[in-house]
Amino acid sequence: MTEIQYVAPSTLDEAIGAYAAASGAARILAGGTDLLVQMRSGMVKPGLIVDIKKIDELNAIEELPDGGFRIGAAVSGAVLEEHPKFGKVWPGVLEGLNLIGSTQVQGRASAGGNLCNGSPAADSVPALVAAGAIATVKGPNGTRELPVEKVPAGPGKTTLAPGEILVSFTFPARPKGSSDAYLRMIPRTEMDIAVVGCGVSLTMDGDTCTAARVSLGAVAPTVLLVEDAAKALIGSKLDDAALEKAAAACSAACNPINDKRGTIAYRTKVAGVLLKRTTAIAADRAKGG
Amino acid sequence: MAKLHVTTTINGEPTEFLCEPHHTMLDVLRDNLGLTGSKEGCGSGDCGACSITLDDRLVCSCLMLAAEAEGHEIKTIEGMAEGDKLHPLQQKFLEMAALQCGICTPGVLVAADALLKKNPNPSETEVRYWLAGNLCRCTGYDKIVRAVLETAAEMRGAAE
Repeated sequence: MTEIQYVAPSTLDEAIGAYAAASGAARILAGGTDLLVQMRSGMVKPGLIVDIKKIDELNAIEELPDGGFRIGAAVSGAVLEEHPKFGKVWPGVLEGLNLIGSTQVQGRASAGGNLCNGSPAADSVPALVAAGAIATVKGPNGTRELPVEKVPAGPGKTTLAPGEILVSFTFPARPKGSSDAYLRMIPRTEMDIAVVGCGVSLTMDGDTCTAARVSLGAVAPTVLLVEDAAKALIGSKLDDAALEKAAAACSAACNPINDKRGTIAYRTKVAGVLLKRTTAIAADRAKGG
Repeated sequence: MAKLHVTTTINGEPTEFLCEPHHTMLDVLRDNLGLTGSKEGCGSGDCGACSITLDDRLVCSCLMLAAEAEGHEIKTIEGMAEGDKLHPLQQKFLEMAALQCGICTPGVLVAADALLKKNPNPSETEVRYWLAGNLCRCTGYDKIVRAVLETAAEMRGAAE
């Protein structure tokens, strides 16, 4: 390995300066659980590694005055799990993040890294999309905010401009009767890549669903926000007819690959099945179950 | 190429070392510091044989750059026994034959210790999920899980 450099700046501006100056030869190190594997396999050969873990705002977990949350992009799943409140408000986001790899990996892997790695099968991303999380991105030209679903551009690719760093995720305040869930299908019980992942966030007024967001992972080049599935749930009592319609919308949204984990037909079918199961869990949680 | 100078604490001892930017914590532990207890299995975070703690949090040392240790506290399997006195987990693993070749053992012990510090009374399921990232190719997991549960029970008894 040649001429690789490492910096760990303590401010975001320094990090952006160093990252932008390296014009494409640099890689951001958050948890490192993807980057180090990619370096070892020779897939990436960065000229510069910018370690963002010494920057306060990338490591902060903040409860906002309106009841929302802001989570630094480099916060690990294990750290987020220890927060007294976040997992009660957004249990689905936490379970997505803490399905990534092993206990050891969860001690390092961050939602920001999971999103920027650009895997269509990333476990935390569908949950972030269902949650309606907003990504704050800062680069040489300033700060911008965009919905999480606008960040992935395809396998291994994001819409971040050169020199831009993902700073944090902002989660909206939740009306009473709201919750979320994330489920994935894998061929074993632990430590595998999603064949299909599904995130559902709901608000319930009694038995009636008044708001919903549905997302799917591992069934298209990017994680999908499935608006037709949410529409089928909203206004219903989550009865069989509504669930069938939402499941059909999920299957219709699929554009998966065939691989050793699942065929196109299997992934398409499972997307609908998972929608029903994930919705049931989210609804149960929303009703305080 | 300039080496990085890293100041850290390893098993309670203030430690300094020089490393290349791409060196992992596992590289430095084994090659520079002679702490060969942490094993390199897969090098990609799948097997857990290189498990250490970073500020008391369980991580794979192969997935961490050595430079990241700056200002942090590292603990490895070498810091587990107190002098000649084995940690209760180590003692129990011997008594219950919870190891064969021993390559996975340091990582399993470090991971199990981290679990018991967080949760002194884990269920069997919790132990199995916690240790899912520690692969063993010869003993199988049953004896390991039983040894962890039995140690937990003894440590709770001793603490009462």
